[in-house]
Amino acid sequence: MAATVDVIERTSEPPRLRVGSRLRLVYGYREILLNLVRKELKVKYTASVLGAVWSLLNPVVFLAVFTFVVKVTGNSFPWYAVYLLSGLLAWNFFSVSLTTGARSVIDNANLVKKVYFPHEVLPLSSIGVALVDFALQTAVLVLFLVLSGYGFHLRELPLYPLAFATLVVFTLAMTFWLAALNVRYRDVQHLLNIGLLVWFWFTPIVYAGFVVEQELGKHPVFGVNPWNVFVANPLASIIFGFQRALYAIVQPAGQSKPVLPDVSLAWLAGVLALVLVGSLLFLLYTWRTFFDLSGDFAEEL
Amino acid sequence: MSSAIEIADVSKRFRLFREKPTSLKARLLTSRSRAEDFWALRDVSVDVRQGSSLGLIGHNGSGKTTLLKIVAGILRPTSGLVRQRGRLAALLELGAGFHPELTGKENVYLNASFLGLSRKETDAAYDAIVDFAEIEDFMENQVKFYSSGMLVRLGFAVAVHVDPEILLIDEVLAVGDEAFQAKCLDRIRRFQRDGRTIVLVTHALDVVRDICDRAVMLHHGRVHAFGAPDDVVREMRYVLLGAVDASFVPEEGTREAEVEAVELIRANGSGDGPVLRDDPLTILVDVRTNAPVGDLDVDFEILDGATNHPVLDARTSRAGTLIERFDGKKRVRFRIASFPYNAGKYWVTIGLSSRETGHLYHVQTQRYLFEVVDVPRVQERVDVPVEVDVEDL
Repeated sequence: MAATVDVIERTSEPPRLRVGSRLRLVYGYREILLNLVRKELKVKYTASVLGAVWSLLNPVVFLAVFTFVVKVTGNSFPWYAVYLLSGLLAWNFFSVSLTTGARSVIDNANLVKKVYFPHEVLPLSSIGVALVDFALQTAVLVLFLVLSGYGFHLRELPLYPLAFATLVVFTLAMTFWLAALNVRYRDVQHLLNIGLLVWFWFTPIVYAGFVVEQELGKHPVFGVNPWNVFVANPLASIIFGFQRALYAIVQPAGQSKPVLPDVSLAWLAGVLALVLVGSLLFLLYTWRTFFDLSGDFAEEL
Repeated sequence: MSSAIEIADVSKRFRLFREKPTSLKARLLTSRSRAEDFWALRDVSVDVRQGSSLGLIGHNGSGKTTLLKIVAGILRPTSGLVRQRGRLAALLELGAGFHPELTGKENVYLNASFLGLSRKETDAAYDAIVDFAEIEDFMENQVKFYSSGMLVRLGFAVAVHVDPEILLIDEVLAVGDEAFQAKCLDRIRRFQRDGRTIVLVTHALDVVRDICDRAVMLHHGRVHAFGAPDDVVREMRYVLLGAVDASFVPEEGTREAEVEAVELIRANGSGDGPVLRDDPLTILVDVRTNAPVGDLDVDFEILDGATNHPVLDARTSRAGTLIERFDGKKRVRFRIASFPYNAGKYWVTIGLSSRETGHLYHVQTQRYLFEVVDVPRVQERVDVPVEVDVEDL
């Protein structure tokens, strides 16, 4: 049941975010979260003939276009579809969560102004919806892996949950942050669209990560290998994780160069763990920002 | 009995921007000083006892809804403290949390979750909710096809089934047809009998007098009056009305004859402004019949606004004027030679009744409000005896 706390005090001071009790409170309101996700999915697909098929269409079209492009430009490599999809699905989850999450508080202004509930459920529900799409698309990818005979690489597969966990935490952190800031500065959502476009191309999803590693390594800037800057993009490491877990082959037979960055599995796991810890700290920060600002949402909208 | 809600020195400031900067550019270019402060609430302290029902009244913009939103946790006070004991459900707007694309049934679950019900609890209450709303045929329809009346029914039905210890209601009883309103009031009374705490914001002053055991009147963000509903409602009428708004006048009677207009003619012949103490006063009552009336008796009563005690009354029959059987309009004048009472506010109640049986045709309680001021007298030289004595020291 909600509001299990017996005595609640409300003052002008935004109370300090206490993660444990706040989590319990949000958990107490989980029914709202579930209902919002259900609602979003229903509204999204209710008046469309194809329904959930639409969410599968996006990666399929992407796949068709980019298979064509890399064929034409001669940058193709074996099992390109698996390579592209393993990274693209993760990216889609990230970018959809951010774009819908950033708008989540504004789009639900009538709720925020009329009903009391922990506002965290709004960005959380955006992520929830994106997660459902991600699961659907992943199911199709898994089916494709099985049917095409590509199969799974059991040695690399354990990287998947780690990459996934890191992705979710980083997405959470970003979404909380953007949702809160967007209430005050509507620029955020416009900035976000441009930012995501740039970010997408700075993340090795459609092209091979190794090529970047190699090329950047040739041109040090002030004695620093730009590759190190490139992989400081947390999403790059996360995508590498997904690709390594599913595509798995660093250098396909008959290729002159590797496709994935040529690092050991342990090394990549270590990097991911580091990004995960960093994302958790980032989440703590953005959650606090969200929490502090959320008391004024009803007024700002 | 302890408090369910303690509101201690709560103030709320809104910053009013002429144009609210919602972009970075605007935020950077607009100096903060262009924001104007508006105090929606100033040092409001109210204590709501457990199991009591508080009516919150005041004119539009007096801060009622702001206060309710602060209590509900939707807004944060600028200063002060609100302490709440027990589970609270706020009905700030019917159908808040309804989504037009979802069916009535899905919306019940969505709305109930906002009020704190789990899916299982909603399952258990679902039939009762549909039953209460009386729209079972439409539960599978999308809410966007609902009439506002249906939305109201469903919204209230969900709200009263969440089983809160504290229920906040903002102006939602004003909607819906009369039968449904009666049903809602009935439900609220049941809440009261169960010992739950209710805070009710409304413009319907009669509902406050009917239901609440305490009332607070807010005026420009401050507590203007606090106490028994009757007293607070009366105070509210003072402030609200320079002249009496007929729609706020409690009325009764069978309406064979009706009070059409009431006027108070001051000594200078004007129909408004303060009445000078000791001045003559004429009460003018226009009566219209809806059916021929043979034994009409017209009376007035003047009540002291501070105490609500009658200070003066008169009746046509007692004054020896028997109104003959008539059908149409008549004007009755009560001439008061001088009004000797203290400065202050006074109410006029007008009654039309039957001379023979005492049956009430039409009574308008506190129909007219006027103010008496002391005459500023000119200081004149008068002979006052002065006694003198001298003693040794």
